[in-house]
Amino acid sequence: MNKLLLIVGGSTLVFACLAWTMGVWPGIELSKLPAGPGVVPLTGLQSEGRDVYVANGCSYCHTQQVRPLDEDKVFGRPSAPGDFKYQTPELLGSERTGPDLTNIGMRQPSSVWQYIHLYNPRAVVPESIMPSFDWLFEAVDQAPPGITPVPLPKRYAPAHGVVVPTHKAEALIAYLASLKQPSWAGSESPSAAAATVGTTSAAAGANPSTNPGAKQPGGYDAAKGAALYTANCSACHQASGEGLPGAFPSLKDDAVVNKDDATKHIDVVLNGLHDARVSGVVYSSVMPPFAATLSDAEIADLIDYERSSWGNHGKPIVAAQVGTERAKAK
Amino acid sequence: MQTEVTARHSQLSDEDSRALISVFSAYTVTATLWLLFATGVGLLIAFKFGAPEFGSGAWLTFGRLRPIHTNATFYGFASIALVGLGYYVAARSSGAKLYSAALAWIGLVLFNVAALAGTIALDLGYIDGDLEYREWPWWVRLIFLAAVLVTAWNLIATVARRSNEDIYLSNWYIIGGTLWAAIISVVGVVPWYQYGLGQVAVSGFFMHNSVGMWFTPLALGVIYYSLPKLLNRPIYSYALGVFAFWTNLLFYPIIGAHHFEFSPLPWWLQTIAIVFSVAMLVPVWGGSSNFLLTMRGRIRDLMHSYPLMFIFVGVMSYLIGSTQGTLEAFRSLQQVWHLTDFTVGHSHLTMYGIIAFAIWGGIYGLLPLATGKKAGQLGMALHFWMALVGCFIYVTSLSIGGTIQGLDWMHGLPFIQSVIDMQSYYVGRGVGGLLMFLSHIVFGWNVWHMCYGPGAVASPLQSLRAEESVA
Repeated sequence: MNKLLLIVGGSTLVFACLAWTMGVWPGIELSKLPAGPGVVPLTGLQSEGRDVYVANGCSYCHTQQVRPLDEDKVFGRPSAPGDFKYQTPELLGSERTGPDLTNIGMRQPSSVWQYIHLYNPRAVVPESIMPSFDWLFEAVDQAPPGITPVPLPKRYAPAHGVVVPTHKAEALIAYLASLKQPSWAGSESPSAAAATVGTTSAAAGANPSTNPGAKQPGGYDAAKGAALYTANCSACHQASGEGLPGAFPSLKDDAVVNKDDATKHIDVVLNGLHDARVSGVVYSSVMPPFAATLSDAEIADLIDYERSSWGNHGKPIVAAQVGTERAKAK
Repeated sequence: MQTEVTARHSQLSDEDSRALISVFSAYTVTATLWLLFATGVGLLIAFKFGAPEFGSGAWLTFGRLRPIHTNATFYGFASIALVGLGYYVAARSSGAKLYSAALAWIGLVLFNVAALAGTIALDLGYIDGDLEYREWPWWVRLIFLAAVLVTAWNLIATVARRSNEDIYLSNWYIIGGTLWAAIISVVGVVPWYQYGLGQVAVSGFFMHNSVGMWFTPLALGVIYYSLPKLLNRPIYSYALGVFAFWTNLLFYPIIGAHHFEFSPLPWWLQTIAIVFSVAMLVPVWGGSSNFLLTMRGRIRDLMHSYPLMFIFVGVMSYLIGSTQGTLEAFRSLQQVWHLTDFTVGHSHLTMYGIIAFAIWGGIYGLLPLATGKKAGQLGMALHFWMALVGCFIYVTSLSIGGTIQGLDWMHGLPFIQSVIDMQSYYVGRGVGGLLMFLSHIVFGWNVWHMCYGPGAVASPLQSLRAEESVA
């Protein structure tokens, strides 16, 4: 009997001690961490949205943890312990089949884009493998008063009537919009934190007319510009530069993009845009500012890419011009 | 020792043996049904990576089916199969009858009720958080905990009836694993101390230990019994087995935080986890060399016995998969592989390569001894080769693809490029998964043969005795 006691009791005791030291005790201590500056609880609707996010297993493909690694800078500043005060159940995730969403409210502030993307991700990102969540929407003959129908591209819209989000979809999008990293004492200055994204030549969606790696006559790095466009712009303005009718304006043949004076073009990329009237159409979707995530040189490459693609012929710019505009805004 | 044990079996009454046989068979049959369900779901979601619109709607959406696949594999298939094998091994190696067949049946019902309720709850969107392997609503996990406690009680009481002073090593692992699983379940289910980042620390502990301190010990226990039994020779070194048992117990529970490297968890917690991940090489190499040395010089026997081939693959996966786990824990390699599909490849190399193969080796080796009915050679061959080749294709695809994914990110390519680059490897995942699933259908057929098939000898017990007197 003694031997059984040793094996049963002894091994259980050892394991219980280790479970306490490596699981329970760190759990207790880390649960007491205070919230970081600017970290606030979710509102009612956002919290409902988080439940929808959890119930449908979004975090099996999307992480919510930014690592202190160069490759993660594109998703925001490194996550800090204080960021997780109000996050139970935790949603750090273990896989990035899709991008990290820690800061998605900042990176993609347009709820119009989020609704289209949620309904069918391929309507805005053709290569996406995210499931369609069209079952969080309803097709109706006419949108009820006060609710804007989702401006789906024709190919994805129902034959009759319009598509409106259900309450669950609204809550989910409200939650995604709330995912904004509060600025952080230790965070780097914008130009130093230049996003590493799009710095290599083998970029997706590179314009076939540009020779990757080769400097164009205008003196900008075409491959870099194409990669930056794919990473930051094409989700809305599309690889074709034509946008989505009614949702995101076209950059092709656009007056601002083709104007020789690039001041407005630079200003929009740096500071974003909302409720803009472009070619006579008012767009309700919000464009995020890129001043905090892209360096002057990157913005110059990006703008030059836009000014020389899809038949555009705007005068190219240089990084110094972006610097001047950036200084003005301060 | 083997002959002593065999002699003792014969003294047990027919009735006791019959009770043990029906418990073992019933656990194996329900585990097989869960295997078919869980891997059918796995196959469906593997296809979704290539065809995201395949199977649409709330009930078939990826995010709900993914935890259904993992939980049904873990708590439906692997847990039930290993407990069934554990009862048989505990009773036979102790030369005692099962303490209580009734408790074993109650446990089986509880395991199945938990797996069924958990599956339904997840599909309806009732989930306790996307917390790996503890997604089931808390009350479902309490049912599972009850099943584990009933099992632990029954196993301990069975071994307490042993006629020999010594407790065979298998029972150390099987009883130990069951009790540790109970502790892990409690740590996972109690909600009042884990919030925010604290819950992350608990998740690291839980997701790691629920695999390596529950499935691995039971699988090792089954191998420690079946391998000597099938080879008709004692284990190479009993002392080495005991050494591996205690070192595994000391090192493994410490390394859970390596699932959250570069996260905001305290850096020291991550570093300790990495250091002890290296220490894990001691029990892993100790255990696997013990098995391999037991097989030494018996390659011919190995090649002619599918049960032994299954166990051999299980042992090799234990060696390779666990060593890979140690390497993965290094920060330099985590930087490439963390959050990529490489991790999914690793989890299949281990859960499938080690656990499932050990289970199949145990069932093919031991169930015929119990029921007196064997599976056909062709059936076992089909199962073995399809499972092995399928798993190889699956793991290789995701390992290469995952590495490319990680390098894409490190090179700063637009994120969507990593999605595009994975496409051909997702095809590999689908093909490998299909072969694995087909092999499980054959396994189902084989289990049916071993339990209820025709060609049975009039009295299974006679045949059992005949088999065992040979062994």
